[in-house]
Amino acid sequence: MNRYPFWKYAILVIALVVGIVYTLPNLFGEAPAVQVSSGKVTVKLDVSMKQRVEEILAKAGLQPDFVQFDGNSVKARLADLDAQRKAKDALSAALNPDPADPTYIVALNLLSRSPRWLTAMHALPMYLGLDLRGGVHFLMQVDMKAALTKKADSTAGDVRTLLRDKNIRHAGITRDGNAIVVRFRDQASLAAARPILADQLTDFAWEESQDGTDWKLAGMLKPDAVKRVQQAALTQNITTLHNRVNELGVAEPVIQQQGADRVVVQLPGVQDTAKAKDIIGRTATLEMRMVDETSEGRMAVTGAGPVPFGSERYTERGGAPLIVKRQVLLTGENLTDAQPGFDGQTQEPAVHLTVDARGARIMRDVSRENIGKRMAILLFEKGKGEVVTAPVIRGELGNRFQISGRMTTAEANDVALLLRAGSLAAPMEIIEERTIGPSLGAENIDKGFHSVVGGFAAIALFMCAYYLLFGVISTLALGLNLLLLVAVLSMLQATLTLPGIAAIALTLGMAIDANVLINERIREELRGGANPQAAINTGYERAWATILDSNVTTLIAGLALLAFGSGPIRAFAIVHCLGIITSMFSAVLFSRGLVNLWYGRQKRLKSVSIGQVWKPAATVPAKT
Amino acid sequence: MEFFRIHRDIPFMRHALVFNVISLVTFLAAVFFLATRGLHFSIEFTGGTVIETAYAQTADIPKVRTAVESLGLGDVLVQNFGSSRDVLIRVPLREGVKQADLVASVFGALCKAEGGTVSNREGAAEQGQSASRQACAAGAAEPVRLSRSEFVGPQVGKELAEDGAKALAFVVIGIMIYLALRFEWKFSVAAIVANLHDVVIILGFFAFFQWEFSLSVLAAVLAVLGYSVNESVVIFDRIRESFRRYRKMTTPEVIDHAITSTISRTIITHGSTQMMVLSMLIFGGQTLHYFAIALTIGILFGIYSSVFVAAAIAMWLGVKREDLVKSAAKDHDPNDPNAGAVV
Repeated sequence: MNRYPFWKYAILVIALVVGIVYTLPNLFGEAPAVQVSSGKVTVKLDVSMKQRVEEILAKAGLQPDFVQFDGNSVKARLADLDAQRKAKDALSAALNPDPADPTYIVALNLLSRSPRWLTAMHALPMYLGLDLRGGVHFLMQVDMKAALTKKADSTAGDVRTLLRDKNIRHAGITRDGNAIVVRFRDQASLAAARPILADQLTDFAWEESQDGTDWKLAGMLKPDAVKRVQQAALTQNITTLHNRVNELGVAEPVIQQQGADRVVVQLPGVQDTAKAKDIIGRTATLEMRMVDETSEGRMAVTGAGPVPFGSERYTERGGAPLIVKRQVLLTGENLTDAQPGFDGQTQEPAVHLTVDARGARIMRDVSRENIGKRMAILLFEKGKGEVVTAPVIRGELGNRFQISGRMTTAEANDVALLLRAGSLAAPMEIIEERTIGPSLGAENIDKGFHSVVGGFAAIALFMCAYYLLFGVISTLALGLNLLLLVAVLSMLQATLTLPGIAAIALTLGMAIDANVLINERIREELRGGANPQAAINTGYERAWATILDSNVTTLIAGLALLAFGSGPIRAFAIVHCLGIITSMFSAVLFSRGLVNLWYGRQKRLKSVSIGQVWKPAATVPAKT
Repeated sequence: MEFFRIHRDIPFMRHALVFNVISLVTFLAAVFFLATRGLHFSIEFTGGTVIETAYAQTADIPKVRTAVESLGLGDVLVQNFGSSRDVLIRVPLREGVKQADLVASVFGALCKAEGGTVSNREGAAEQGQSASRQACAAGAAEPVRLSRSEFVGPQVGKELAEDGAKALAFVVIGIMIYLALRFEWKFSVAAIVANLHDVVIILGFFAFFQWEFSLSVLAAVLAVLGYSVNESVVIFDRIRESFRRYRKMTTPEVIDHAITSTISRTIITHGSTQMMVLSMLIFGGQTLHYFAIALTIGILFGIYSSVFVAAAIAMWLGVKREDLVKSAAKDHDPNDPNAGAVV
């Protein structure tokens, strides 16, 4: 009765082999490598880069283990730290002739030391979390209200243009929260305006009402448009963050959406939060507006009069006040690029700007009407605005134009960077920040590893001493459980963190329960006088129902953590849940397989090695 | 080897009242400490900033405190942790203090107190990965290093607390439904009461000793809840089986028999899990310390509550053979001495 059909053994062997193969890459450790990735949005890497890197390294007399291209970057693995440093210098020098404006980012990185045939099978090591390798973690909240307000603001501008194009007279356009209110003197113009607005601005639902003698047309963002605007804002912010992080030259940054309005940024290897935050946390939005150069505006600058209605006071980067109109001409959304450079004629430092089609149209109209006037470029950080620059419009502008004059090269660089930074769709705020030093990370790996090994050894010793051969089998099953768990985590390319390691330890500690249940049951059957083969069979059968019940309750707790937890709790929960599932396989199927293999063949089994089975002298409760 | 040589069933249920009084007293004490002292929440829940620094020599705590206090950040906590060279600084959330630059300014103050200046140091870390960091340099020496920092905004903390409560509710309801389906409602109520009592007692310990209640402790508490329910399930399973097998036994006798026959497994399993947790307590360091402590308390009280409380509550609730052995026992009174033997 204690025999498995051949196919069951086959499944066990396959599980064992798969477990070993996918666990292996984690054991090889990591080797120093150099990574080359694009430093500019416009530069795309392709396979030819692999060849170039190989040539450069060969010229420098370096022998990389291999060079690989993985879609976004080219990585070369090197033998030691010394070679890594030399390779980095050689590559930087060859790929970036102008160090001040690097086209490619050459970063130091780590690559798995596992052999290539494993990598070819997609057997990759687990990714180590920040708490194990050191780095910075930011959680950023995107200000969605601001994104909606901005949408309403820019739409109000569109309404104005539309109505003017169609020659419809209105009595004022205002933004009230996220709604746009257009006033009309008579019903006829309202009737003319409504179909145009409804037709052109489909994101808004228009409603008319009467207010005294005026007629009002109020536009509210439709719910699905709200969702779209928010998602677009988030996506754009993530893209912008990617570009900014590229400037940092981090080897493997993680930038992900979390929840509806949050972005996680993880930068392994970076300890310098100040610099990282300087670039990432530059939570800024860009707006272009006209400077108020009416007489009231000029009075307000000197403080002689109040700020006129429809204008606001901001300070220039020098500290001087500037009165700027509220109406937004262009936002960072329309600005596609800003690069420092030189004026073609005067050779003065300049910033070259490129705007999209919509921006170009607005730019052309505005500049034609306002030659000789000043236009301010404002950068908003956390709701506070600052004038980056307020140049005078010299002529009619198209989609490419430049800002020049009274600037040093450094200033031009600075302004260009700030303008590029301004392409965030909505402001963001850091709501969580974590830094872990690299030595602390290495220490955490050791601590986690020692915890698992120490606990495993203690359990193994006890089980073997107490249950003898069955204890050895239980220990082997527990070992397979660990192997499978690590293999599954590697296959899923899960991120291993310290709570994850704690979960591995705890799961192993709990998984032994199944084998204890089985072994105790078998002893009990033997105590009751059953023959060994029957005892093994009933022991496994009876214990199974209990094991299933108890694992389901543990799984419920694990799923709750998975559903509601975030960050470290989630990592813990994933490992915990997977561990429960692998433990059912290893503790029941695998250990039974071993027992069957050992005892199943023996027809006349006299005794089993499960430790001492003590029988009480007194009778067991009488069965009725 | 055999540890458990039990001649006859241990009469646990005879003392059920005593055990229940003991757990009621512990429970009330835990509630009392929770109410009066409250939990010492980590910054993950409250929001704020934690900075861990490693000094080259033994850290001069008063000096560090003076340096940090000069920044005027309010109620700052400065203490050693782990070794005498590691210093932990905790800064609460405060209106008007810009949290985002706090770490840099505190580190700057610490560095200045040691007579160094903060500069940016680029280059490869030990492992050969790109790294740049703020280093405090005083001549060639580096008197203080930033080993870890954490800032949590107020909105995150509130959400975490809410999510924690939701997770707890989900676990409780999920387990109750499962047990009610698999066994009977009386068992599901008994198991949940017994194990929630464990949770409250763990929290009571954390309140009494003012240990830091962090996210990982919350994970441990919920894991313990699932784990000790599993303990109750094993016993309930045996109760059901014993009801089927031993027709003549009374309910308390059946419960006693079930507990006695599973006690060896209970002790060995929990002992093994505890060995693993102990290993975490010894090797796991500061990060896993309270996680392991919560698990230890949970495991110990898990045994107690499953063995002495859950079964007793099920008994008070009036668990009968008919509840579990429906078809077989309908026409048969378990207390009828004249009932014939059924084999």
